[in-house]
Amino acid sequence: MEIRKGSRLRNFHQAKWDEEVIFELNTPGERGIHIPEVEKEISDVVGDGLSKIPVAMRRAAPPGLPEVGQMRVLKHFLRLSQQNLGADLNIDIGQGTCTIKYNPKINEKIAASQKARAIHPHQDVSTVQGALRVMHEMDLYLREISGMDRFSLQPSSGSHAILTMASIMHKYHESRGQAETRDELITTMFSHPSDAAAAAVKGYKIITIYPDEQGFPDLEALKAAVSERTAGLFITNPEDIGIFNPKIAEFTRVVHEAGGICGYDQANANGILGITRAREADFDLCFFNLHKTFAAPHGCGGPGGGALGATQELADYLPVPLVGLDGDRYFLDYDVPHTIGKVRSFWGPFPVILKSYAWILSMGAEGLKEAAHVAVLNNNYLLKKIREIDGATSPYTGGKHRIEQVRYSWEKLYEETGVDTHDVTLRLADFGFHLWQSHHPFVVPQPFTIEPTESYSKEELDEYLDGLRHVVREARTEPETVKRAPHNSVVHRIDDSTLDDPGKWAVTWRAFLKKHGEAAAKIRD
Amino acid sequence: MKTLGLIVNPVAGMGGAVALKGTDGLEILERAEQLGATPKAHARAGQALAGLLTSYDSFELLTFSGDMGESSAIACEVEPQVIGSGSTPRTTPEDTVEAARQMAERGVDLLLFAGGDGTARDICGAIGTFVTTLGIPAGVKIHSAVFASSPAAAGRVAASFLSGAIARVKEAEVMDIDEEEYRRQVLSARLFGYLKIPDARRLLQGPKAGSAVHDRAIQAAIAQGIFERMTDDRLYIVGPGTTLQPLMDLLGLDNSLLGVDIVRAGEQIAKDVSEREILEKIADTACTLVLTPVGGQGFVVGRGNQQISPAVIRKVGKQNIIIAATPEKLTTLRGRPLLIDTGDVETDACLCGYYRVVTGYRDSAVYRVSD
Amino acid sequence: MPRGHRVHPYIPNSVPDVKARMLAEIGVDDIDDLYDDIPETLRFKGKLNIPDGITSEMELLCHLENVLSKNQTCGENVSFLGGGCYLHYVPAICEEITGRAEFLTAYAGEPYEDHGRFQALFEYQSLMGELLETEVVNVPTYDWGQAASTSIRMAGRITGRKTILIADTISPDRLKVIRTYCEPVMEIVQVKHASGTAGLDMDELRSHLNDSVAGLYLENPSYFGTVEENGRTIADALNDNGSIFIVGVDPISLGALKPPSQYGADISCGDIQSLGNHMYFGGALGGFIATRDEEKYVMEYPSRLFGITKTEREGEWGFGDVAYERTSFAVREQGKEFVGTAAALYGISAAVYLSLLGPEGMRELSQNIIQKSQYAMQRLSELQGVTIKFDAFHFKEFVVDFSARGRSVEEINRALFSDGIFGGKDLGDDFEKLNGCALYAVTEMTTRHDIDRLVETLSAVLS
Repeated sequence: MEIRKGSRLRNFHQAKWDEEVIFELNTPGERGIHIPEVEKEISDVVGDGLSKIPVAMRRAAPPGLPEVGQMRVLKHFLRLSQQNLGADLNIDIGQGTCTIKYNPKINEKIAASQKARAIHPHQDVSTVQGALRVMHEMDLYLREISGMDRFSLQPSSGSHAILTMASIMHKYHESRGQAETRDELITTMFSHPSDAAAAAVKGYKIITIYPDEQGFPDLEALKAAVSERTAGLFITNPEDIGIFNPKIAEFTRVVHEAGGICGYDQANANGILGITRAREADFDLCFFNLHKTFAAPHGCGGPGGGALGATQELADYLPVPLVGLDGDRYFLDYDVPHTIGKVRSFWGPFPVILKSYAWILSMGAEGLKEAAHVAVLNNNYLLKKIREIDGATSPYTGGKHRIEQVRYSWEKLYEETGVDTHDVTLRLADFGFHLWQSHHPFVVPQPFTIEPTESYSKEELDEYLDGLRHVVREARTEPETVKRAPHNSVVHRIDDSTLDDPGKWAVTWRAFLKKHGEAAAKIRD
Repeated sequence: MKTLGLIVNPVAGMGGAVALKGTDGLEILERAEQLGATPKAHARAGQALAGLLTSYDSFELLTFSGDMGESSAIACEVEPQVIGSGSTPRTTPEDTVEAARQMAERGVDLLLFAGGDGTARDICGAIGTFVTTLGIPAGVKIHSAVFASSPAAAGRVAASFLSGAIARVKEAEVMDIDEEEYRRQVLSARLFGYLKIPDARRLLQGPKAGSAVHDRAIQAAIAQGIFERMTDDRLYIVGPGTTLQPLMDLLGLDNSLLGVDIVRAGEQIAKDVSEREILEKIADTACTLVLTPVGGQGFVVGRGNQQISPAVIRKVGKQNIIIAATPEKLTTLRGRPLLIDTGDVETDACLCGYYRVVTGYRDSAVYRVSD
Repeated sequence: MPRGHRVHPYIPNSVPDVKARMLAEIGVDDIDDLYDDIPETLRFKGKLNIPDGITSEMELLCHLENVLSKNQTCGENVSFLGGGCYLHYVPAICEEITGRAEFLTAYAGEPYEDHGRFQALFEYQSLMGELLETEVVNVPTYDWGQAASTSIRMAGRITGRKTILIADTISPDRLKVIRTYCEPVMEIVQVKHASGTAGLDMDELRSHLNDSVAGLYLENPSYFGTVEENGRTIADALNDNGSIFIVGVDPISLGALKPPSQYGADISCGDIQSLGNHMYFGGALGGFIATRDEEKYVMEYPSRLFGITKTEREGEWGFGDVAYERTSFAVREQGKEFVGTAAALYGISAAVYLSLLGPEGMRELSQNIIQKSQYAMQRLSELQGVTIKFDAFHFKEFVVDFSARGRSVEEINRALFSDGIFGGKDLGDDFEKLNGCALYAVTEMTTRHDIDRLVETLSAVLS
């Protein structure tokens, strides 16, 4: 279907290089980089070094790495990068729950400094006062934003922070002789899967509360779920559908009365910075995702950071070391009486912490609140416009407005045209857009989740809307175009039947050659 | 070349427009016609076929003559192979049964049928899970989980299945509704049996969704969890439904899929029991009732369930009821509660509330049960 | 003339005009109204005690450079620190690729518009597979400690057993991470090392083997840099006991050293920081887990595993998730452990790194490191009263024993520092029997001059 005149949609075509897998670029003898030989004075003293390796531990044959010249390696990975739709290049509002906002380049520049990169965690603290100051001040800022009393920056991601919360909860109950009896963790279906899964790692039995018909987590169900076996509650708010649970303080009250600990998953904090906090909702623990709300880049799936805050009482359990300030000297603080120990080697994902720190400094108190305000404005603007698209609905009536994201449904479109949410996602790729569905299970049928953040202009939001409208029109007039999409992307419809078959799946090139040798040989002919 | 079987129940759906529930029985049918009802199944079947043909057309169509499928095929410009005919002047349930048997014998790749719960029941009784089937909703009341959500959806799923895009099948419940009761505004659903239908989950849950195979893994986990908590001093009354089958497998016992069994200390005390037998056995013993919701509406106990009567439930006690369901089952309820209808208002009222529904090996959901 | 309120460069719709138009379209008077669903009692009424924003990029840069200027780097000083974080050379192309916006800012797109990321990580898995001689490698997890922890839990699930034996020569930090992750579900029992070689004490090992042992985890090279020679014997003993052999390894050693899978390890794990990632204060880590391509192993991974497959076009290939149903993304608490954002970008730099070095480069690198560390060990042991603690082959790291000289490691390091040298980590903090000992690391970045200077300075300090 022709792009309409007046539409903001682009005649986009993704780069498609048909770039081989690196192993196919193998040309024996080519070199990508040279390693220096040791100085003669050294080899004079120790010889070739390799012959001293005990025979049993010598590598028998060289590793089967490809031999490729330097420029070709560069070209290869640059081409792969061109076949990737990073947020910087598109209007990345379709990856709901991920909070894809602008990652300022100045933060990359700062992080590339030798003063950030070339420091070792075991250096004497007097030589890393700058790094420790960054970590300490991050702690202070996050305390302000959440109302919590102390932060650990050690966890590597949101899920990792949840594991840390579960460990703290466990140790807390253990210190009261109740670790055996309190073996149940309550969470909700619209909280991130890790709220359940990471707690299960620590041995907890998970009790899930489903949403009621309005979309709120069912408070009565919570009351029925708590008992003397309750260890705690881990809950996201606003939940992934974008609705703020106004009874959240009731939830924490019920769990506290039962003797449980309350952990706040604040992965969805972007719309509420400076507006509402974990403290007022009476949470004991709360965490933020530095690579979401705090503008550190997502990196294709990491590195990330999960900053974990605790009340005074539970701060005694945080992983060590924390970063303290004594007069004007920063130090690694191991004085955490009931620490759970460590969840990560060394002190934390420093480059991620540094970039989020830089972002907070750039925004300031007013900027944080403005970011939240505009994120919510953008989201509700999209909500209004998407509801006007015939075929899209925004299930659940809870709340007058949504906060920073909305989970919508294409169910009506599917019933009327047979085009499903996966089809729409793939067709949107043809216009340079992402669109994500939902975590599993699909409680909302044919879901799609959109989270604009504060980073995109109204023009851009309108362009994305034009994209949605265009695909919906196609679904009604030429559904095959949508069902056979993508057409302008890097590849065509993928055959994923092999991926669940042990006889066919191939996680490495060597496994692929072993199982599909003939097919592999054919591909380049 | 794939073969598609098509069975249309010409009278299905005639009651709805004139506020009659169902068209079982000649009397009711005549009354419906008097009130001006017209056959709907033909049109629905046509819609489904048309939908199927837009995506996939290389199949042979087998059907019965006239309004049992032939006319629907011709209306879609498909030349069917007519392999039999129904009774005249009106077709009967026996015709449906015969058509189904014939198609099964010829090994059709998919048997599409247009009708309601009654039609599903007839086909189930005739061929069970021998071939893959799929219902085109045309009846007034649909409680069985073997129907697509609409005729168009039926066409789409059929196309996906015949073309190989859907490779998996799963068993789905066929519900038996007491028509008399139903006409008196009283719903009593009973599990009648199972049909095999295409597992369209990927179309509904995205390409990364689980499958019937995975569902069995979760059911096995549920079974393991319940099994490990069983104690030898209690009597366990195990209700119907495939979700509880792995539990019986773990116990090494025969499962009466549609009936109720009684187990103690790993032994099957009684199989496919009646209410009276249950009451006898549980007379002075601590007992636990293990149930799973059946059918598309989420009934944990339906009135048609004669064995698990109000008397049995009162003896067992609410606190000794274990409900098991896969997360997927709960998700399909879309926030609606699980349902209880024992036939006794007081008992129902007592049973309402929130239950720990076992959803995994050690995990559960707290879910509302309502009357 | 004062500038008044300016719109922040990162928030385009902060323009009052645009806001007003959007509010009008929504039918709401004020943005505050959009928060009506949040009860008053939960509203934060105060002002965040966070400084005003440094909104000009120039000032922000200046401020942060000033903050970081208080750091002294391993370039400005000569560093012999290691212990799980290493100063290896990062090729310019690694930085170029990981700095590309297309990779840096991507996240969770489909294997269509994000085909590049899937292929890059599949290549990472494959290149690591060649280095490790395994057919399955996961998308990176947080760090080595996490990789070891998950490997241990996998062993527990595969064998159905609850005890894990752990060599007492592994990194103390990683042991702490393992404890947090594995307790209380699994029981940890430490196995002592033989005092001379730091290799696993075989009698000790055998005494611990019984049918509750899921497996053994050791690091090779150990935390002390010593190389375990009895890998095959250990593997056989574990195999006979129905237990799983897990080995943690620094991949940079595998240009010359035998990979664990070749001496009987069932699961290999380790960190990819050495492969093209800067030290970043210990903040740029990534863990890998590698096994054979057997269903019972594959199904226990919690991580994503990217697989290569066909598309509907002849000759075209695509990627996707292998056995997705085992993950928590698919089935929440019924999945294996959990999965989420971890360290993908560091996996991409490792892929670039391994592609650049190739088999020859990896061998040359190992050789360079071995020669330099041997030279350092030789020269240090020439100092009076200073010994290399363990009698074994070492890779990259070694323990220097100063105890005979009666000077604490702390004192020695202070003196070294005044000469611009970061001495080895004091091992007395974590290992009772290693009081007065320090862990020294030598990489390809260390020059002969650095080593000679270390020796000279120590000589002066100790006299």
